[in-house]
Amino acid sequence: MQDLAILFRGNNLRRLLGGLGVTLKLSLVSVALSIALGLVVGALMTLKNPVLKAFFRLWLETVRIVPQLVLLFLVYFGLAKAFNLQISGETAAVAVFTFWGAGEMGDLVRGAITSIPVHQRESSAALGLTRAQCWRFVLLPQAARRLVPQAINLTTRMIKTTSLVMLIGVVEVLKVGSQIIDAARYDAPQGAIWVYAAVFFLYFIACWPISLAAGRLEKKWS
Amino acid sequence: MNDKPILEVRHLRKHFDGTGVLEDVSFAMREGEVIVVVGPSGCGKSTLLRCINGLERPDGGEILLDGARIDGAADLVKVRRQVGMVFQSYDLFPHMDVMGNLTLGPVQALKQPRAQVEAEAEKALARVGLADRAHALPRQLSGGQKQRVALVRAMLMHPRLLLLDEITAALDPEMVREVLNVVLDLARDGMTMLIVTHEMRFAEAVADRVIFLEGGSVLEDAPPARFFHAPETDRARQFLASFEFDAVRQPPKD
Repeated sequence: MQDLAILFRGNNLRRLLGGLGVTLKLSLVSVALSIALGLVVGALMTLKNPVLKAFFRLWLETVRIVPQLVLLFLVYFGLAKAFNLQISGETAAVAVFTFWGAGEMGDLVRGAITSIPVHQRESSAALGLTRAQCWRFVLLPQAARRLVPQAINLTTRMIKTTSLVMLIGVVEVLKVGSQIIDAARYDAPQGAIWVYAAVFFLYFIACWPISLAAGRLEKKWS
Repeated sequence: MNDKPILEVRHLRKHFDGTGVLEDVSFAMREGEVIVVVGPSGCGKSTLLRCINGLERPDGGEILLDGARIDGAADLVKVRRQVGMVFQSYDLFPHMDVMGNLTLGPVQALKQPRAQVEAEAEKALARVGLADRAHALPRQLSGGQKQRVALVRAMLMHPRLLLLDEITAALDPEMVREVLNVVLDLARDGMTMLIVTHEMRFAEAVADRVIFLEGGSVLEDAPPARFFHAPETDRARQFLASFEFDAVRQPPKD
């Protein structure tokens, strides 16, 4: 129990919060890019062009089958080895998470759009609305209601998965935690449990409000 | 009723995947006229309505609205603003309340002022017995109520012609009446309507003319009194007989 004190030793608490800052920065940049790209990708995915279809299929299967860690290694170490291209761990992380997020988000957008019954399109056409008006007033509002809870779910998954980037040298909240544990290995051998508890708590306060919002929206729009 | 046709269908043909749904359909319709299209399922009734509203592209023949041939996508938006259509499954917009559903077309497609449309919508709702439901969501309404809202929604566009595609087919029997009463009311007001229905007694009551469609062609085109009581073709007689159940029960023997 007295090992709990290592959390408050020196500037440890501030370092942990700083690590959380890195985690959140990586997550938010990746999520923002994923949503922006995902909307475009999802709209393209609803087209019936066979070349586009095959391309998106390949992309989606790749991000689903290949573990995110492998993608991180491929981009971070692979680019350096193959093309002598040195990029920072953070850049590699944002690239990989955006590649993953945009594919998944695109698929969610596609699903939200195609799950709207064709009759909705027809009855708005029968009312004399143009295609653009149909999208704006009928299809997109309904797609958004279906999309938002799932998009938020993806966001929390992305936040949690950023913990992998410590393995390509990015010092985020989990990495700071293990640094603190390593430094106190001898004088506070039971410190690890407390540090990990703190990390758990920090992830929780980052993700919980988002899940809560998702639950609310789901109830409101169901 | 004047004699210039509001709608003319000439040799309309529509095939799906090589099978003919409409082979050769021709008829003309005057302003204020109510035509009921009947026929066995799969005879192309719905496809006919969908072609007139441009939801399906005909493979041959032509459709003229007020003497002008409907052709190409640019025309379709204009055509649909003059031709209302109500579907079997109501198809209200689930994310908008009743008032939102009613005002969308007139405000966005016809650019009418919202306040004016809302006032008109309130009157129209009262007329179909839904004055207190203006702010209900579609999922809070019964099927019959939804279909009445869908009728009002189409009427607020002030269409020259209204297409009704089996609008009572998804309703419980006790709700059919409330919807058909609205349609009878519209007919009394002189609304030009092309109606597909399986309600034969309603068809007889509302129609000025009945078109019997079978195998993608018009087999009969007659006033209801003649079609329902003295049909000319055997096929029409068989079709009408399929609505009779008298033969099932034998009269008591004693």
